[in-house]
Order: sequence, then C-alpha cells, then structure tokens
Amino acid sequence: MMEEKEYTVTIYTENQIGLLSQITNAFTRHSLSIWSLSAGATSLEGVHNITIVTRGPEKKVKETVQQIEKRVDVIKVFFYTADKIVYRELALYKVATDGLLECGDLEALLSRFNAKIVEMNKTFTVIQKTGHTDETALLHDALKPYKVLQFVRSGRISVSKAMQEPVFKFLRKREQEQKQINNQ
Amino acid sequence: MITGSEALWRALVAEGVDTVFGYPGGQIMPVYDSLCDFGDRIRHILVRHEQGAIHAAQGYARVKGTPGVVIVTSGPGATNVITGVADAMTDSTPVVVITGQVATAALGTDAFQEADVIGLTAPISKWNWQIRSADEVAWAVARAFYIAGTGRPGPVVLDFTRDAQVGMTDFHFEPCRFIRSYIPEPTPSELSIKQAVALLDAAERPLVVFGQGITLSHAEDRLRAFLEKGDIPAGSTLLGLSALPSDFPLYQGMIGMHGNVAPNVKTGECDVLVAIGMRFDDRVTGTVSTYARQAKVIHIDIDKSEIGKIIPVEVGIRGDAGKVLAILTERMQARKHPEWVAGFAACRAVEEEKVIGPEIRPGSGLLRMGEVVDGVSRVTEGKAVIVTDVGQNQMMAARYSRFAAGRSFLSSGGLGTMGFGLPAAIGAKIAAPARPVCLFVGDGGIQMTLQEFGTILQEQVGVKIVLLNNNWLGNVRQWQELFYGQRYSQTRMLNPDYSLIAAAYGIRYRAVERREDLAEALQELFSDDRPALLDVHVLENGNVMPMVPPGRGIDEILLSENQWYRPQ
Ligand SMILES: Cc1ncc(C[n+]2csc(CCOP(=O)(O)OP(=O)(O)O)c2C)c(N)n1
Repeated sequence: MMEEKEYTVTIYTENQIGLLSQITNAFTRHSLSIWSLSAGATSLEGVHNITIVTRGPEKKVKETVQQIEKRVDVIKVFFYTADKIVYRELALYKVATDGLLECGDLEALLSRFNAKIVEMNKTFTVIQKTGHTDETALLHDALKPYKVLQFVRSGRISVSKAMQEPVFKFLRKREQEQKQINNQ
Repeated sequence: MITGSEALWRALVAEGVDTVFGYPGGQIMPVYDSLCDFGDRIRHILVRHEQGAIHAAQGYARVKGTPGVVIVTSGPGATNVITGVADAMTDSTPVVVITGQVATAALGTDAFQEADVIGLTAPISKWNWQIRSADEVAWAVARAFYIAGTGRPGPVVLDFTRDAQVGMTDFHFEPCRFIRSYIPEPTPSELSIKQAVALLDAAERPLVVFGQGITLSHAEDRLRAFLEKGDIPAGSTLLGLSALPSDFPLYQGMIGMHGNVAPNVKTGECDVLVAIGMRFDDRVTGTVSTYARQAKVIHIDIDKSEIGKIIPVEVGIRGDAGKVLAILTERMQARKHPEWVAGFAACRAVEEEKVIGPEIRPGSGLLRMGEVVDGVSRVTEGKAVIVTDVGQNQMMAARYSRFAAGRSFLSSGGLGTMGFGLPAAIGAKIAAPARPVCLFVGDGGIQMTLQEFGTILQEQVGVKIVLLNNNWLGNVRQWQELFYGQRYSQTRMLNPDYSLIAAAYGIRYRAVERREDLAEALQELFSDDRPALLDVHVLENGNVMPMVPPGRGIDEILLSENQWYRPQ
C-alpha cells in the first residue's frame, strides 16, 4: 500500500455553472473521498476558488488533480500537504444557555479556546471558533457536558505560504500569450 | 437581426462546415427549418438512429482531420448519441454535437423530452455548454470548434435551448483562438528535450511505440525521419495504424494483446522505449508492473496527464508529437543498430510460420478471416480506408491490412464500441469520396447499427461492407473457449438472411463460401463505387492469434491455443 496523506487541493476556475460537479466527479472516479469542500470568490474578478480536503496516496491525488486541470474552464490546480499552507475552518456550536451558565467560568473557557459568542438568548447560545480540525473538535469535547444542540464545521479555506497566489503568475503569463496571438 | 437557428448555420459555415449528420425532432425544429435556407452550403446526412449520426461524424472527422458535426433533438435524441460521445472522448476524436433542448423556462421541470444533457455529458465530453440565448450562439460555436479540434481533440456538446433557437440576435462571428484557462499545446521543456536526446544518443536497443497522436499531429513524415536517423524500429498501437506505411523498413507492426510478436517481445528487451502520442492502454501493456521494466521510458504526449499515468517515465515530454519529433531528430546523432534491428526479423519469421501463413494462406479448410483481409489489401493495393467494427473482425483487419497512406484505419479503440463500424464507414466515405472505403464487420456488430443501411440507400454511399460471418459473437466465443472452459454462454447467433436485407435496401449482395471464389468476389466488390455487401462465411471457431492472455506480460505470447512463443 502506498502511504496515505491528507492533501488540500486548491482549484482556480472560471465562473462556470456545472464545474463543481465535474470536479467532485473526478474525486469519485479515483475513489478519493472529499473530507471538506468550500467554494468562493478570489481577489481576481471572475476567478473562483474551490478548496477540497482529501486523503489518499500522493500518486492518486496527483492524477486526480491533473484530470481536473484538464477541464477547459479550470485555470489551475495546486495540492499541498498541511505544512505548506495556512488554513482554517470555522466551527459553530449551539449550546443550551442554562447549561452553559452552569459552567462557572465561561469567559475563561472561551478565551482558552480563542472562541467567541456570536449570539445569545434565553434558550441557546451560539459560539464561534476558527482553527484547525483538531482544535475545533477539542472545543466540541469541552462543550459536550453543557449540552451541545448543534455543531457544524465549514469546509477548509487556505492560502499558500508563497508570497503571491501562484495562479497570479500563471494568469499574467497567459495575458502575454493572448496579446501575442492577437497581434499575429 | 436573425434567429439563433440561423446564427447556428451561419456560424457552422464560418467554421468551414459543409456536411452535418443528424436527425430532427420537436426541440430542434427551428434549426431544421432554418436549414432549408442553407441547402446550397450544407449537406445534411439523415441517419436512421442518432448513434449512427455520431459514429458517422467520428468516421468523417478521422478521415478529414476536422471536427465532425452532429445535430439531434432533445431527450432521446440526445441520449442516443451518448455512446458516441464517450467513444470520441476515449479515442480523441473531434466532434461537435448540437442537441436540442426545451425552453429555458421549462428546464428542470421534467418537461416533455427534457434530459439533463449537460449533466449526462460532462464526464464524457471535452467541453459542454448550454446555449440559453441567441446572442451566445456564435461565441459558443466558435469556442466549440476551437476546443474540439485543438490540443488533444475530443467531443464537445452544445445544448441548444428552444428560446435560443427562436430568439433574435445581431450576428457577428469571430473564430476562437485563445482561452486563458486552456492550453491546447504545451511547449516542451528544454530540460526534457536534452534528457531525451542524451538517452537516445546512448541507446543500443531503442524501440518506438506510437499511437494516434502521430496522425492527429500530422506527424507521419516527421516520425519517419526520426526513425530513419536513429535507426529505430517502431510498433504501432491499434489507433496508430497507417501512420507509417506497412512497407516502411523499420516498421514492425502492431503492439498489444493481438499485436505482432516482434514489437511485443522486443518491448521486453529494449533499453530505451520511446512512446509517442499513445496512452499505454491495458490492451497494449498487458501486466503493467512487468511492462518494459528493463527500459528507460521517454513518453511524448500533448496531454500531460497521460505522462506517468500508467508507466513510470524517465523523461516526459509534453508537446505536439510532430514538433517534438522535429526537434529530437535535429538534435540527436544519426545511429545504426544493425544487430538489434535484425533481431526483429527472427521473431517475425516465427510469427510468419506459426500464425500468419496458416491464417492468410491456409490452402485448405474453411475460409479464414485473415485471408479475406489480406485479399482486400491485395485488390485495393493498400489504398483503401479500412474501417472495422469490434471483435475478431477488428483484430484481423488490424493485423492483416496493409496501408500505403495515412488516415486509412478507423476503429473504436478505447471504448470498443460494437456498432461503430457501419456508420463510421459511411462518414469516412462521405469525407473521402474518391477513396475506396472497406468495412470489416462481424455478424454481431453489423446488427447493432444495421438501420444505417437506410442512410446508405438514401445517400447512395459507396461503402464496401465485408461481413466476416461466423455465426458467433466470435471474440467472446474465443474467450469462452480459452478461459471459461468452453462454456459457450449466449454467444451463438442465428443470423437473418442478409441477402434479403441487402435487397431491401438496394445494396448489391454476394455471398462467398469457397476459397476459389474469394479473389474474384473481391475483384468484383471493388470494381465500382456503389454500395455492396460481401457476406463471407468464415470458419466458425477461428481464433485471433497470437494472443497475450489477460494477466500476462506483453512478451508472454500464445501462438496458438496450446503453444507459447519461445525465443529462438
Ligand atoms: C456495444 C458492445 N456490446 C458488447 C461488446 C462486447 N463484445 C466485444 S466483441 C463481441 C463479439 C463481437 O461479435 P461479432 O460482431 O460477430 O464479431 P466477431 O468477433 O465474430 O468478429 C462482443 C459481444 C462490445 N464490445 N460492445
């Protein structure tokens, strides 16, 4: 067996309907499961970002990445191990307010986990925490005694540790090439 | 202002299209209505089933080298082309498929004849797009042709909603020449070229295996120059056939499961293997872990995702086959490998004695597929376009056809689609009316798209159909005989009277059962340019040999049911 690792796959696409399903299909075809997925805008107009966390042997992940990059409307795809990126997930915890008040030092608990309250009423309180998967899981454990009514975690978002989004360089090069073609 | 339907035809004409294959229906009627005004510029071939339209367009595209065009209605019309779209995807065939679609307001409501064409075709097309307004038509068509025909070619699907067909637009056409997210032709890296030249210069036992990439890149001459300068023997994949003329001295025949002995055996002996425009299909490699394990592999492909996908490479060169070959030929040293090259002849002699001779010159017994194929090559002097269906007929046609020119062999390789042959031959003949087009097909496969006899009748397409009739699904029967203990499960077929079918469609028919009639029947078959069916009754239990059994290395070759190839 090849060694399995967690990879964060960062996909830059044109804003095209239907691309997301083609991308997730590529994972399915290579029997890789998607652990988390998030999609959104980038600082470049018209360029979208899809970030997928998966686990598998490097060769398989690489093949999947190449298949995705082959799609006409996909601009560029990168994949990283966790040490090459700065990444976060967002977690929300809905906890019964009376239970939470029994805990005594709520302030201390929140500051220990670097979490904050985003909504509070008589029946429930919503706590927010950003962090890595294991960190948000730890807070979940800590809150369990006070009756967690709901716990959700977002997909991962990440930035590379390179100075610039690597896709910038690619797009600049393509702009040059377009000019050349237009001048022909 | 013109309608979206008219914009479609104008855009197709602007792309240089003069022939389309299609079938009308409710949600494409505005387009068909508009076609009436383009009768002087567009020839529409009315097929008998949409699968026929797309395979015909594939045959057309592969002979012509430009995208084939298919127009069908929504729902069942669209789902009927799916097999062909998948086939074109695996075999890198440029086709542009236009499907009708319900009005945008009805999308997603399970409207009559609505199918999710975009969802269905996304994983099997190179690109697809739903045209929702007439203003998009020119843009979408230009983009479709650019994507289908450039880089590694493939099928593109345009799903044309009814509102877009009837909506009005100011028509302005501009060909597509650039898409920023799409790099059809990567530039080969200098480093990879240098490394490849070094390997080639040091090689003592080099071998080239090439695929359809040579044809797609119009690199036939460059391949020859490369092989000659390096004195490198070469084997072809199924889809690479005819890229080298059969009598080219360094050409060693076909590789793969039913390929020739010499290039398969030498794959296990070469020190440098140069793979060009091919993708190491499992029918080519046999067991992957032992394939060319002693060799340093150089893989040249325009699709970088193919490099290293199956076989680990020493050097991967991303780029157009022709351009890369020109650079390598220029930079590498001229070499001679007389002993290595001579070694191929010894393998060939064994195959000639044990397999080829008995197949094409059996002398007695029932007619064999190989001698029929050989006879066709003789009569046509290798100048025909050979089209095959799938099965034993395909392997025999591949093994025993001889080619004088390129773009002369069409077959469904990657998908292995039975029923491909007849419509593909129709498309090929329409693309190259001056060339003889000969289809080899089995009695199973011909019945999968037999309805296209109607297209032949209506358009008087002069295809020559050679039915290799063995009353079995022969290829499956062979596997049952060899690997399933001769339990013949559902492979025996009771055939109809093909003379009556041919007569019904006005297709000239002749049956051949005896060896002494074959040559004359073939002479007659190719004596004119009219559609004709030659029903050859061949040995029922013939097997395609040599054969690399499944699960074996590519150099572990059966010469007959119970005899392995042994090095001399
Ligand atoms: C659409 C489709 N269905 C099934 C198969 C599996 N298959 C491959 S070869 C073959 C037998 C073909 O028989 P026939 O057309 O008579 O040709 P022969 O092998 O006898 O030359 C079959 C069933 C296939 N390749 N394609």
